[in-house]
Amino acid sequence: MSSSPKLHYKTVFDIPKEELFAPGHGLCAGCTAGTIVKLLLKVAGPNTVIVNATGCVEVSTTTFPYTSWRVPYIHVAFENAAAVASGIEAALKVLKAKGLIDPNKRVNVIALAGDGGTADIGFQALSGTLERGHKLMYVMYDNEAYMNTGIQRSGATPQYAWTTTTPVGKVLRGKIQFKKPVAEIVAAHRIPYVATANPAHFLDMMNKFRRGLEVEGPSFIHVLQPCTTGWRFDPRLGIKIARLATETAMWINWELDYGEFKVTVPVPKRKHVKHYIRLQGRFNHLTDRDIEEIQKMVDSEVERINKVVGKEIIGPVVE
Amino acid sequence: MTLQIKRLASWREVPVGGAITQPGNSVNRPTGDWRVFKPIINQDKCVRCYLCWVYCPEPAIKIIDRPYKTSSGREWKMTFEVDYDYCKGCGICVEECPVKAIDFVEEVK
Ligand SMILES: Cc1ncc(C[n+]2csc(CCOP(=O)(O)OP(=O)(O)O)c2C)c(N)n1
Ligand code: SF4
Ligand code: SF4
Ligand code: SF4
Ligand SMILES: [Mg+2]
Repeated sequence: MSSSPKLHYKTVFDIPKEELFAPGHGLCAGCTAGTIVKLLLKVAGPNTVIVNATGCVEVSTTTFPYTSWRVPYIHVAFENAAAVASGIEAALKVLKAKGLIDPNKRVNVIALAGDGGTADIGFQALSGTLERGHKLMYVMYDNEAYMNTGIQRSGATPQYAWTTTTPVGKVLRGKIQFKKPVAEIVAAHRIPYVATANPAHFLDMMNKFRRGLEVEGPSFIHVLQPCTTGWRFDPRLGIKIARLATETAMWINWELDYGEFKVTVPVPKRKHVKHYIRLQGRFNHLTDRDIEEIQKMVDSEVERINKVVGKEIIGPVVE
Repeated sequence: MTLQIKRLASWREVPVGGAITQPGNSVNRPTGDWRVFKPIINQDKCVRCYLCWVYCPEPAIKIIDRPYKTSSGREWKMTFEVDYDYCKGCGICVEECPVKAIDFVEEVK
């Protein structure tokens, strides 16, 4: 049980062709949430119940009377995806115990919520779910603000980022506080599986979704989701920016599998954070000196991670 | 091309809880008219790497079981095609295609 299994998705040929996420949704052109959700369903397959918190994905994929979901789907509120998913998991257990559904049938229960719905208002429900130990996977798609309601800052908005509630002017220069380390806070609950992922590294992301669905107990996957509208970049750049996040180590792809920590996407040669930051309008106000300050913070985070891993899994800045 | 809803349903016709009973019926709401720029796959240049299909957020890239022979004689078993009913013209496929096989031209309507 304790060692992680062989990777399932090795190349693009391993990705199922079946499309359980239908086009016709209203996500912005170039919204990487579409990529994430589409690939999530390819991993999960048809025996899946999706519980989606209010947010961009929910409003854009279930605009009444339309839905883009080809699997059972429920939306209840902004703050309670984890609680609703817990209830569904418990209900499935009862249905199996009563023989109303095949007790050997595996049904995936997936809670899907944004950073606001996870790090902020949904956190209490999430923590309860983890503590009770429900067998479900929670996927947090992190666009680093409340995008659906017009780009308000969240606990997961990074420092210095412009949002409509952390404006840039004489008094403020974007968000003051740090980004809340949600995946680490979740890891403190000592659940079987926690991982961070990024749609540019789609095979890594899909293997993590698969592992998350496989473990006996709660799992949590924190996925970076570049947002063209809120981060202020050309819609064609969403995946490139996601990749740069990892290449600069602004975002580190790791997993904690039954206590075993691993950086799943090593970065032997790191890029300077300016390559990530300068592509995004939300950081337009930053001076070169500000960016150097961010670089220093990333450097010390890399040092910390390398210490945990016990080797230089993320290398020095070379370009 | 696709079904269009002619009128709004009355509350009597709406299932309890506002349930939507046709999975994936958003296909009846095409989004191709969002496009300002149009991706066009150059079938001769395409090396069938799947990346546009992986990354397209709609999804609006189709894998078709249609063989294709390039001008240099290379034979492919399938063809990648853009589904213009849904493609919003975001350009992610254009950006990510490793061999620059996708042209991006202004939409003319
Ligand atoms: C209790 C409650 N407060 C406020 C709202 C309004 N609201 C809907 S979605 C949303 C923000 C969602 O942010 P996030 O979870 O990050 O998802 P995103 O829209 O960014 O995908 C807010 C504030 C609500 N639906 N319910
Ligand atoms: S606002 Fe951002 S997260 Fe929301 S649909 Fe648009 S691109 Fe996606
Ligand atoms: S332009 Fe965007 S929506 Fe259109 S096919 Fe390419 S990735 Fe998909
Ligand atoms: S990304 Fe380019 S080369 Fe790869 S399948 Fe698409 S068009 Fe062909
Ligand atoms: Mg958000």
